[in-house]
Amino acid sequence: MNVPDHLRFSESHEWVDPAAPGAAAIGISDHAQAELTDVVYLELPEVGRQVKKGEAFAVIESVKAANDIYAPVSGEIVEVNSALAESPEAVNEDPYGSGWMVKIKLSDPAELNALMNGESYREYLS
Amino acid sequence: MERSPLHSLHLELGARLAPFAGWEMPIQYKGIVSEHEAVRNSVGVFDISHMGEIEITGSGAGAWLNRMLTNDCRDLGDGEGQYTLLLNSEGGVIDDLILYRMTPERYFLVVNASRVDQDREWMRQHLSDGVELTDRSGEFGAVAVQGPGSASLWAQLAPEYPLPSRNGIVEFGAEGELILCRTGYTGEDGFELFAPTDRIAGWFSRLIEAGATTCGLGARDTLRLEKGFPLNGSDLDEVHTPLEAGLGFFVKLDKPGGFIGREALVAQKEAGLPTRLAAIRLNEKAPPLRHGYPVVGSDGSTVLAELTSGSLSPGLGVGVGMAYLPTDYIRPGTAVFVSIRDKLHPGTVVKKPFV
Repeated sequence: MNVPDHLRFSESHEWVDPAAPGAAAIGISDHAQAELTDVVYLELPEVGRQVKKGEAFAVIESVKAANDIYAPVSGEIVEVNSALAESPEAVNEDPYGSGWMVKIKLSDPAELNALMNGESYREYLS
Repeated sequence: MERSPLHSLHLELGARLAPFAGWEMPIQYKGIVSEHEAVRNSVGVFDISHMGEIEITGSGAGAWLNRMLTNDCRDLGDGEGQYTLLLNSEGGVIDDLILYRMTPERYFLVVNASRVDQDREWMRQHLSDGVELTDRSGEFGAVAVQGPGSASLWAQLAPEYPLPSRNGIVEFGAEGELILCRTGYTGEDGFELFAPTDRIAGWFSRLIEAGATTCGLGARDTLRLEKGFPLNGSDLDEVHTPLEAGLGFFVKLDKPGGFIGREALVAQKEAGLPTRLAAIRLNEKAPPLRHGYPVVGSDGSTVLAELTSGSLSPGLGVGVGMAYLPTDYIRPGTAVFVSIRDKLHPGTVVKKPFV
């Protein structure tokens, strides 16, 4: 499984890229996409929505099932990856790149410290 | 939880297993969409060892079966099969199954895993003299080989065991050493292979080596739904009749001697069917449909029914599903909505199959 070292990970397998251009980017890990397989639909939040860490803020659907995605950090949604409406398979093919889901303006950057770094997440998966 | 005789092979192949009808079965291997496409375009192989096998023998077997089941088994010659239904006295569906005639005094029934016990007990309660019932479900493992390339793959692999023709059955060796049935649940050509539990792994491995793609129950569900085939326990139940399910072709109301449930069906037909199992297709790219989602009328507020089945059609790229709709709403072209997480998505009643 691919686990990039510059990202932070939640126990529910979301990643945060605090250094993404504009605002922190959020997606799901390579492990999570492999577990879901065949992502066919995403329901992403509206820009401007305030989300709280741990809140179910998006829905990801495979052929078989619908799953919630939980906010790994709190803040305001400032951008959503609208390309995923047409090509949800990007989440499978490039989970850390074109499969990013939203960008969030962190309301409490200290929350990042509670997330796992790459090394801890690799350990968490093993 | 029961385990298939192919369980350890599934683990080696990296299958994702999940409970289904009391069995731990593969839902998928590499992914539902690629497995679905393998069956539509070439050949897939499914473990269907969970299916039940019941044998009815005796001099009175045919006449008795004709009173128990809706189709007319007098139409069957030796080595022929038919889709048929087992009903309760109210006309509700206990099970849908395939009945094969091996000889005039020996019939082979392939029944749903979730209903083996109910089927066996219901039939035992109604057993008559000169008829014997044997539940052979524990003796067989089974695989379904499905897709347009099934017959040629098999002809290469095992030319010594020729396939029967459509809906037929052929048995090689004694006591079910190898049984081949030319049926399936995907809408493609293909066959089902039954063998003793200690022999099935050999066949499964040889089929994979010959090029068949391993497919799980996830793809089996999208394949059958695209063709509008009902799934027992979801689209068929003990409340709705086969007439409501659109299976009237397999119900012979006029055969002599009748069958259990006939009177209820005749009465329902005279009174008019309250609902029909309709096929619903979403008009635009939207979330996949799921069992239980409410179907709403074109006024946007009247809940007509809940979906009995739903998925994303890999072939169409949109959500498809089925629901028992009031008969005013079943005409193809009728506009409906499906409510998904409290949002209404426009859909249309269409003719089956979807694909």
